[in-house]
Order: sequence, then C-alpha cells, then structure tokens
Amino acid sequence: MAADPPIEVRGLVKTYGQIVAVDHVDLTVDAGDVYGYLGPNGAGKTTSLRMMLGLIRPTAGHVRLFGRDPLLGVAALEGVAGFVEAPQFYPYMSGRRNLELLAAYDGHGAGGRVDEALATVELSGRAGDRVGGYSHGMRQRLGIAGALLRAPKLLLLDEPATGLDPAGMRDMRVLIRRLADEGMTVLLSSHLLPEVEELCNRVAIVRSGKIVYEGAIAELKRGAGAVYRLSSTDDERALSVCRAQRGLGEVRVEHGYICFTADAAAAAELSQALVEAGALITMLSPETVTLEDLFFSLTEGDGRTSGSVGGSSDGAMPTAMSS
Amino acid sequence: MNPGVATVYRWELRKLRYQKRTYLGLGLAVIVPIIFVAAVSFRNHGPHDVAFGDYVDRSGLAVPLVILLFGAIWMFPLIAALVAGDIVASEDHNGTLKTILTRSLDRGQIFTGKALAAATYAIVAILVDGVVSTVAGVLKSGFNPLQSLSGTIVSAPKGLELVFVSLLVYLIPILAIVCIGLLLSTITHNSAAAVVGTLMFSLIIQLIAILPGLGGAQPYLLSTQFNAWQGLLRTPTDWDPIIRAAWVCALYGLPALGAAYLVFLRRDVAGG
Repeated sequence: MAADPPIEVRGLVKTYGQIVAVDHVDLTVDAGDVYGYLGPNGAGKTTSLRMMLGLIRPTAGHVRLFGRDPLLGVAALEGVAGFVEAPQFYPYMSGRRNLELLAAYDGHGAGGRVDEALATVELSGRAGDRVGGYSHGMRQRLGIAGALLRAPKLLLLDEPATGLDPAGMRDMRVLIRRLADEGMTVLLSSHLLPEVEELCNRVAIVRSGKIVYEGAIAELKRGAGAVYRLSSTDDERALSVCRAQRGLGEVRVEHGYICFTADAAAAAELSQALVEAGALITMLSPETVTLEDLFFSLTEGDGRTSGSVGGSSDGAMPTAMSS
Repeated sequence: MNPGVATVYRWELRKLRYQKRTYLGLGLAVIVPIIFVAAVSFRNHGPHDVAFGDYVDRSGLAVPLVILLFGAIWMFPLIAALVAGDIVASEDHNGTLKTILTRSLDRGQIFTGKALAAATYAIVAILVDGVVSTVAGVLKSGFNPLQSLSGTIVSAPKGLELVFVSLLVYLIPILAIVCIGLLLSTITHNSAAAVVGTLMFSLIIQLIAILPGLGGAQPYLLSTQFNAWQGLLRTPTDWDPIIRAAWVCALYGLPALGAAYLVFLRRDVAGG
C-alpha cells in the first residue's frame, strides 16, 4: 500500500458567519514536493494553513497529514513543522531561549538541535539577544529555526519572504531550496509569484477561498499555449488571414500588434499564408507566458490577463482552470 | 525526556521571571505592608474600624491580619488577576499561542501548566506579603502575644502559626479568583480586559454584599470568603466559615476553570 501523502485536504470549508474564507479546497502534496499555495491577500491561504496545523476547526471537510487528522491531537504533527503568518516569539527572551522553550515543548531530542538550527538560519551570532530587538527578517529566520528543531519531513510556511528586503528574500529562497534539496516536503503559501516560480514544482492557485488551478507549474504553462505578436506590411490583410487560419486562437489587436495563441507549427503555417496573401511579416515573436500572467488571469475578475501585466504576453488564457 | 505538564509549568514560571507585571504584583505585595507599618508608626495608632486594627501597636502579628482584611478589597484580587488574566490572553494577542500549539504538547497540557503557574504566582504573592507584613509588624511592634477575636490571649508562637494558617485559608478565595481570571483570559483574548474584568468581578461581588435586602446571600458571596480565616482567630476555632469557603469557592472557581479548559481545548486560534 502506498504511503499516505504528507498533506491531503478534501472538501475543506471554513466560514465566518456569512463569509466563506475557504471554499471546498482539495489538494494533495506528495512527498518531495515544493508546493506553492498561491493567491492574493485575503484569498484564504492562511486560514487553510491554520486548519492544516490544527489551529482552527474546519466548518466542513478534512485535513490529513501523513494520514493523521490534526484535530485529534498533536500526534498528527509528528514530523510536521511550520508557521502561519509571521512567526511569533516571546520578545522578552533571547532567540536561543525561545528555541530552548520550543525544543522543550517538542521533546525527542530537539534540545540538541538548537545550535544547529541557529547556525542553519545564520542567527548564531545574535542568539543571545532579546527577540524584541530582532528585525522582521531575523524573526522569519528564527521561525524557520524553530521549525527545524522538529527535524520535520513536512514544512508548512506561510508567506515566509513577506516583509523581507530583497537580500532577505533571496536568502530565504536559498534556505528553502536547500531544505527541499535535503528531501523535505515543503508547502509554501505566497502571493509573491517569483518566489513560487523559482521554488515550487507544483501549485494551487486560490481565489476567494476556492482553488482555481492545482497541478504542476509546467503543465499550467503548457496549457496556456504560446502567445505570439505579429506586425506586417499590411496589418488589415494579416488580421483577416489570422482569423481564417486554423490553429490560431484569441486573435486580437493590442497596442498596434496582432496577438494570438498558437503552437509552433500553426505559427509556421501562418507565416506561409501571410506571404501568399501578400502581407509580409515584419515581426512575429513568441512571448513568454509567466506564472504571473497565469496567476492574474486565474485570480482576476473576467479571467482575461491585463495588458499591463509584466510587459510579457498580452493575452495568456490558460486552458486548465481546474483539476 | 518527553514533554508534559511539568515542562509547561517550568517554562511558564521562567517566562514570568522575565515579565515586568510579575514584579508589579510582587512589588505591591511587598510595598503595601511596609507603607502600612510606616503609616501606623507615623500616626502612633492602627486603624480602629477593622478587626485587629487596635492591636497593631501591641503585637506585630496583627499587621499581616489587618493587611489580609484590607487586601481583600482590591489588592490581592488584582495581584491574582495580573497573571491569571494575562497568561493565556497575552499569548493570544502576541501570536505566540499558535507557536506553542504546533509543537508536541496537547492543548490540555498547555492549559494545565499555565493554570498551575498562575496559581503558583498568586500563592507566592500571598505568602510573600504575609512574610513581609509579619517581619515589618514584628520590627514595629514586637513579637508579642496576640488577642484573638474572642478576647483570649494567644502566645506569640501560636499567633505566628495562626497567621500562617490564615494565609493558607486566604488562598481558597484567591484561587477562585485565579480560576475566574483564567476564564476571562481564555475567552477575551485580551490581557487588559481579562485583568480588569477579574478585578471588576471581585468588586461587583463586594457591592452586591452591601445591597439592601441581599443579606441572606452574603455567606455565599465570594467576597465573604476572604474573611473565612477569621474563624481561626476565635476560641474555640470556628471551622464553619472555613468549610463554607471551601465549597463556595469551589462553586465559583471550578466551573470557571472547567469552562476555560474546554474553551481552550476547542477554540480556534486565529489571532496573531
């Protein structure tokens, strides 16, 4: 029998009065995944993570961590660590003292990992200072150190790079990458697209409490198709040719260019058709579809990508809207 | 070693050592008896309108007893509430509750450790106050025999013993206040509201006691139980108020403690 996945969430719902914070979320995080839980602020990411850690009770549905229900007690958190929102510590105690407290609450030899955890997050030099004097970035790193004390197999991190300066964000990504490379399964909630694109192999994109996409980032991008921009010696004729051409989708004019989605073969056929029609190509360029484009198309109102996004594609329309 | 209630208890006491409010309460317990003795020295007589007030000039052992009487109004409930009202709510407010609830200790163990720490603080504060009052009183008026409420003279060593046992009896209503503080701390998520709420509860009960027509309820009010120790200072010892204090305080404290425990076990930790 296959081992239970690190995280399995089915039909998860959390309502506060009339407000539905998390709306029937299903997701599975497999061993070895670096899983991005991606959505704008207020999409219900933190609420979902709180339910995963057993801090709040779902209105409906369930969470299983390695097959165990976190609502039935802390035994379900064995091998699991992380934090929701900014990690919080006792400001009147030193970083080391805070970790000693957490290690005492963990047991199982966690006390012997305090120095190692401090070294991993490069806080050994400031470990004796009161946490009240720590910067936001240092607290985030102390949060990771606190999680590492549990020698986790699964790490749940809620917006770990939020509020960090660029160097802090880079350091945090390097750290998470290293932990993932060491074999840790990571679930990372974020609204920072570059972070997710750089670190994660799989994503769930959440909008207003609902998951609008779950799967591999590569598949998501593949599903979106490539977007091309075209200009020619006779744009009017070229536009009619594009509209009539097989294999092209979403043909439109944006910023003076004809834009459409197509695969490479269809684009090649188009170039021939344009020549035959007497509209000579002056530019035909594929645009890179970024996760950012897909994210906005999935999380904003009408499902269309804004023309101002990223300056890359002007019209990515992902075909995979749910899984 | 696997963690348990003792782990939480030990760390809660350690955390208390770092916090200013801890010393605020203990400081109050130390300074008030000293101010009282200084005031008595200055006026050359004790307060006439309270039990043992007239004896503070004759025996230092009367001082801790007078302080117990005065302290029941607000000082000791405040000291008990300072930590009991804060011990859950401050963690909620600061977001550290989620930090400790995602480790390897069950919520029940964490609550129990916290409750024991809050009770320990209140007990220590009362005992510290008793020691300081007794020492200050003896320095001022000597280690002399004490006149009991029945008019009999009690030797100084016996008087000292009675003072100590009185402090223990005084802890019964104090622990009920701790339980109420813990409940408010758990349900309000707000330290100031829980501390003030606990103190207000204590004061309102005292106001009920002086409302006309409610004299029959007096023996069952929490505030009345703060005087139960006086049964020890009668000859023969009057155990009735002490026994009543035990069950009346249990009726106030245990439901509050049980409710706090259940709320803590089941509630969503969504703050911080």
